[in-house]
Amino acid sequence: MLKIDNLHASINGKEILKGINLQVNPGEVHAIMGPNGSGKSTMSNVLVGHPAYTVTEGSVIYKGKNLLDMPVEQRSHEGLFLSFQYPVEIPGVSMTNFMRTAINEKRKYLELPPLSPSDFLKLIKSKRDLVKLDSKFMNRSVNEGFSGGEKKRNEIFQMAMLEPSLSILDETDSGLDIDALRIVAEGVNKLKTPETSVIVITHYQRLLDYIKPDIVHVLYQGRIIKTAGPELALELEERGYDWLIKEFEDSQK
Amino acid sequence: MKRNDNTDNSLVREISNEKYKYGFTTDVHTEIMDRGLNEDVIRMISAKKGEPEWLLDFRLKAYNYWLTLEMPKWAHLDIPEIDYQNISYYADPTVKKDGPKSLDEIDPQLMNTFDKLGIPLEERLALSGGVAVDAVMDSVSVKTTFKQTLAEKGIIFCSISEAVREHPDLVKQYLGSVVNYRDNFYAALNSAVFSDGSFVYIPKGVRCPMELSTYFRINAAGTGQFERTLIVADDDSYVSYLEGCTAPMRDENQLHAAIVEIVVLDRAEVKYSTVQNWYPGDENGRGGVYNFVTKRGHLRGVNSKLSWTQVETGSAITWKYPSCVLSGDGSQGEFYSVALTNNYQQADTGTKMIHIGKNTSSTIISKGISAGHSQNSYRGLVRVAKNADGARNYSQCDSLLLGSKCGAHTFPYMDIHNETAIVEHEATTSKISEDQLFYCNQRGIPMEEAIGLIVNGYAKEVLNKLPMEFAVEAQRLLAVSLENTIG
Repeated sequence: MLKIDNLHASINGKEILKGINLQVNPGEVHAIMGPNGSGKSTMSNVLVGHPAYTVTEGSVIYKGKNLLDMPVEQRSHEGLFLSFQYPVEIPGVSMTNFMRTAINEKRKYLELPPLSPSDFLKLIKSKRDLVKLDSKFMNRSVNEGFSGGEKKRNEIFQMAMLEPSLSILDETDSGLDIDALRIVAEGVNKLKTPETSVIVITHYQRLLDYIKPDIVHVLYQGRIIKTAGPELALELEERGYDWLIKEFEDSQK
Repeated sequence: MKRNDNTDNSLVREISNEKYKYGFTTDVHTEIMDRGLNEDVIRMISAKKGEPEWLLDFRLKAYNYWLTLEMPKWAHLDIPEIDYQNISYYADPTVKKDGPKSLDEIDPQLMNTFDKLGIPLEERLALSGGVAVDAVMDSVSVKTTFKQTLAEKGIIFCSISEAVREHPDLVKQYLGSVVNYRDNFYAALNSAVFSDGSFVYIPKGVRCPMELSTYFRINAAGTGQFERTLIVADDDSYVSYLEGCTAPMRDENQLHAAIVEIVVLDRAEVKYSTVQNWYPGDENGRGGVYNFVTKRGHLRGVNSKLSWTQVETGSAITWKYPSCVLSGDGSQGEFYSVALTNNYQQADTGTKMIHIGKNTSSTIISKGISAGHSQNSYRGLVRVAKNADGARNYSQCDSLLLGSKCGAHTFPYMDIHNETAIVEHEATTSKISEDQLFYCNQRGIPMEEAIGLIVNGYAKEVLNKLPMEFAVEAQRLLAVSLENTIG
């Protein structure tokens, strides 16, 4: 699905990612953890092609293609999805209009005809229930006036609509109370298939209680310093990152 | 008015051709008056239209007054010198005496032109819901549809030239009563040389059953268009009126100096919507229409209502302030505007709300969008006269900037002479954020579609005021006009 090889990336001339290696196979759930400023969000932004970041070295192969060559929207059409940590508001653009444009752009890329209005409405209805958003929500402007929980549920709703192969959830748990967290996590789990993969970026174990990772990575100073099974997340919850960082720094000497 | 620039870049033209799809010319035999302006020219225009003596006098008075004036310089516009002697003031593409009586007599070329513009002149092909059209090319009305249907209700809808012949008393009563020929430089010029435009009269108690619209087309080179429109809504009547306009792409600038007068009597309501899409010039600022327009409504009746909605995407330079004079007690004026400028376009547009009667209210919603090297200004006046007790105004002026080389300016004037007035003004300036664009891109929406989506969202409050067919066209226009604005 995804193979990241020695990825280096910088923003405003400052190197943030310093040689990331990561392989994600179909059906796998990976968790990426790490202290603040370790490069977690940078990694997700670089993968989806945020223009502020420059890749200086390394390669990313996605579904056998060079991901870094693709424009942002093509990465999306190829099934890459990012659930934003801070979803932006777009005043005056209704969710219906936004989603219809997004879906039909993808269908155009796949050389499919646009979805008919009735099929589109059916699709919305089925996906909306997944994250328990009411019918009025589609008439509201994208994220405008949404509560923190609604914004994150909206991200998962969009994920459901676009049916991505690889989803990156960037701190989807931040700012969520426990009920909203459960709804969001259940939504993600229902969307999971043996063909689709998820990268969960989080500080805390909390979300991983609901979305069970197969593999856990720890990112520190732009590098993955530890990769292990789900038990690593539990250990981090208990002991913090300091012991790992010390272990890593000792090994560098 | 011609700019001396001989570089003919056909590639550039090809590209801009895609953007401005109305840029074609119609090859039709057109009788064009020699360039230049003097009393003889005015007499000739008047004679061609078979006008009565009083109207010729009106024109000549206006002309002589115009001679004493200079072009206004107060707007935030850089207007190149205009040689008024180098313009032809009359061009007739129909070249038939008395105007055509049936479709068969209209040159098929002209019919095709309006078909191509999406304005069918055969009634059976009319847009759903029924829209009656007065189609004006250059100085002459080509055809007005549904005249008979409307006449059955007593509604008069025809070209102003025809109204002068058929309904001289009405025209004489109202022409120049809202916009005096002494109003301003362009109003004086228009009053001297005006050619065609529409005349609408809605009798007492009649609700006009269909939308009325006028479509203005400039075709001939080297000519100016001097539209004159007059709408009278008698007591307890209602009409929704639409105006559209396009022009071919030419390297020279062309002048469109119009006057629109609206009279609204007791409890009558008029909605006036414009989608202005004159040729805006190319991306280097060459060519394009100068759109210098005086539009004003006089709300003479109690509880009368006038609503201006405009979507301005075209013209090289726009100078335009559709206004409401709120004389009738309880009258209401509204102004909803989206003005988009790109490349080297300049717009100075807004409104005047003059509160005179008691308990009058006005609403101003203005949305400016600037891209490229363009300059976009909102200029508005809210005046509350001494005796206008209980006047209310709400103004909201928003500016959206795309890119860093364009300008957005706001010039709100308030002139309040009554203590009971409540006047509110809000203004914002924003930029399309990279984050919004990136969010759209990540969801698979490419850059240009994303800009179109965001801009339409920003303008939605105004677009919602337009009749359906117009709203769809306006949305498309906003998106197309912004192509290639963010690299």
